[in-house]
Amino acid sequence: MSDKKLRQIAFYGKGGIGKSTTSQNTLAALADLGQKILIVGCDPKADSTRLILHAKAQDTILSLAAEAGSVEDLELDEVMKTGYKDIRCVESGGPEPGVGCAGRGVITSINFLEEEGAYDDMDYVSYDVLGDVVCGGFAMPIRENKAQEIYIVMSGEMMAMYAANNIAKGILKYANSGGVRLGGLICNERQTDKELELAESLAAKLNTTLIHFVPRDNVVQHAELRRMTVLEYAPESKQAGEYRALAQKIHDNVGKGTIPTPITMDELEEMLMEHGIMEAIDESIVGKTAAELAADALAA
Amino acid sequence: MSLTVEQTKERNNALIKEVLEVYPQKTAKNRAKHLGTYEEATEEGGKSDCGVKSNVKSVPGVMTIRGCAYAGSKGVVWGPIKDMIHISHGPVGCGQYSWGARRNYYIGTTGIDSFVTMQFTSDFQEKDIVFGGDKKLEKIMDEIQVLFPLNKGITVQSECPIGLIGDDIEAVSKKKSKEFGGKTIVPVRCEGFRGVSQSLGHHIANDAIRDFVFDKLDPTREFQSTPYDVAIIGDYNIGGDAWSSRILLEEMGLRVIAQWSGDGSIAELENTPKAKLNVLHCYRSMNYISRHMEEKYGIPWVEYNFFGPSKIEASLREIASHFDDKIKEGAERVIAKYKALTEAVIAKYRPRLEGKTVMLFVGGLRPRHVIGAYEDLGMIVVGTGYEFGHNDDYERTTHYVKDGTLIYDDVTGFEFEKFVEKIQPDLVGSGIKEKYVFQKMGVPFRQMHSWDYSGPYHGYDGFGIFARDMDMAINNPVWGLTKAPWK
Repeated sequence: MSDKKLRQIAFYGKGGIGKSTTSQNTLAALADLGQKILIVGCDPKADSTRLILHAKAQDTILSLAAEAGSVEDLELDEVMKTGYKDIRCVESGGPEPGVGCAGRGVITSINFLEEEGAYDDMDYVSYDVLGDVVCGGFAMPIRENKAQEIYIVMSGEMMAMYAANNIAKGILKYANSGGVRLGGLICNERQTDKELELAESLAAKLNTTLIHFVPRDNVVQHAELRRMTVLEYAPESKQAGEYRALAQKIHDNVGKGTIPTPITMDELEEMLMEHGIMEAIDESIVGKTAAELAADALAA
Repeated sequence: MSLTVEQTKERNNALIKEVLEVYPQKTAKNRAKHLGTYEEATEEGGKSDCGVKSNVKSVPGVMTIRGCAYAGSKGVVWGPIKDMIHISHGPVGCGQYSWGARRNYYIGTTGIDSFVTMQFTSDFQEKDIVFGGDKKLEKIMDEIQVLFPLNKGITVQSECPIGLIGDDIEAVSKKKSKEFGGKTIVPVRCEGFRGVSQSLGHHIANDAIRDFVFDKLDPTREFQSTPYDVAIIGDYNIGGDAWSSRILLEEMGLRVIAQWSGDGSIAELENTPKAKLNVLHCYRSMNYISRHMEEKYGIPWVEYNFFGPSKIEASLREIASHFDDKIKEGAERVIAKYKALTEAVIAKYRPRLEGKTVMLFVGGLRPRHVIGAYEDLGMIVVGTGYEFGHNDDYERTTHYVKDGTLIYDDVTGFEFEKFVEKIQPDLVGSGIKEKYVFQKMGVPFRQMHSWDYSGPYHGYDGFGIFARDMDMAINNPVWGLTKAPWK
């Protein structure tokens, strides 16, 4: 490995939040800054590299290993593809839904990449990890000596914030033992009520910052249909500028990660109430049917 | 060093206190519940009590002698069924280390129509964990059908990862059973992490027989009953135990229609609901299925003990009491027939063994069942305990042990060594893991799981072998020749 310090980051977030799109666009912008990047997709769907490679889905480490017999039978060049601006791409892959252990697959793949020297001469390794931290396997990228900073992709939707808080819990667990830090929240605009305000408020509660608010723009969709990042498809667009800004912020954020302070479900609900998104619940009506409520009203 | 009962109790209680002292406070509090001195009911009333808690989780950090649920199902209950193939499903270790079974003798041609001492494993690799093992399991079953066409059925013995990755072994078993023309294929959820010991594995295995053998029986199945049909339940035929038991039942006029599960077959399992009486030796591992057959088929069950002439005699009469005079007379005839043999054994060995003390630590039924056989030889059991017994085992133990006996449940390596060191019995009976520890302490030892590669110990024939083996261990001249280097 060269003397250059390898930076390892990871993108986590609720499924369907635009995590893969955001990460690939941001990493493309980082490549534009001259950084050598390796993307490690850790989602059995294997869609973390398609925009970089202009591919439907890349052959995954685990599917190739299953064909070959075992992961020891693979060579690095069989699993690693090179795409836009020399970005290296691998997909961990995993079983079809409902069988096997995808978490173990992530562990197997990352061990393989490290042993085969995939990280040598890279400036950045970026892990793209599915949904919640559902089990130990999906926490692999945040363990000791893996990603130093985690970026949580979220939006102003309740469940996205809930997931972000859960991921923060996972980070906290390993922050003390391993040294992983929360790099910040990335809000992928969904145009929900008071979205920016809420995202900033959640970031403050979690002891982090909203590192960037990515506005919604249809050009992302246009680029995606062509299996391209916005950076490549429309480099002059306003949206490309947004991703460049985010990339620069991440690049400058080195060593500025924090130990998160996850909140309880109650606190999360309170926060929504403070912003007038949710109304306070009248505890006396919880669990009562319409008929019971009508009877109560009559009695009063 | 003959102690009175009161002195023995005092010594035992002091010993318990002494071993507990080395533990951290929490461990000491926990272990205290598992160590006791047997108190016989006094004349003023009260209840006989072994004074120990049982069937709870072992304390982390101690050296326990227990096994796991897989061991209970594959190793004990299912493994001896000789004409079925038992797949150790998961990584190779569990199958490898249980290969060769527990010396469950059987008649048959290994690899052709019998498979007990063979080892079948799905040998899970990383990719099977990641992608799931159901397809591999299907392939194994296909290969079994081709390579061993005379197999009468298959069981899937789950190792830990199967439960963790959520493989659907039930669906695979069902599919393959259909493909193989209705062959009995039994998925067993005996993942090792379930429960606190092998005991839950016995229960799970019993339930699997209920669900996948009994509940799938063809009601038109032909079977010619006689009034004297019995099934031997809970004899694993270690060193031929079930055979030396079976002949006694047959000689008294009964017909043995099944052996569970030593030298047993799937056909015998299927016959059992037709039994008139289930005779149960290992209560711990097969009381579940006996109770089920009582409820569902109305078959009564009776516990018996074929260790040593006193208990054999009582058991033969107890079993006969469930039948007519013909069988009752048969029992007396059998008892009379073997009288001369047992008297000769006792005449030869009792003078050599009289007054010798024994400490036991075993599983299943033996911590209590073998006591009678030792007593027939004039020996005294001064301490006993169960690896995985439950409360009902300790209740039954009260009928066997003498007042003041030291009782240790799920004993730890440290406690057992300390107890033996201080009590200095003439013989310790336990397992292979304990054997060399005690022999190096200069204490004679017999393995009481495998009969130390001897046996059978059940029945009248077994008693002669048992007596010889105990004499061989205790009176071996080697003990007089050893000298500790520091002495």
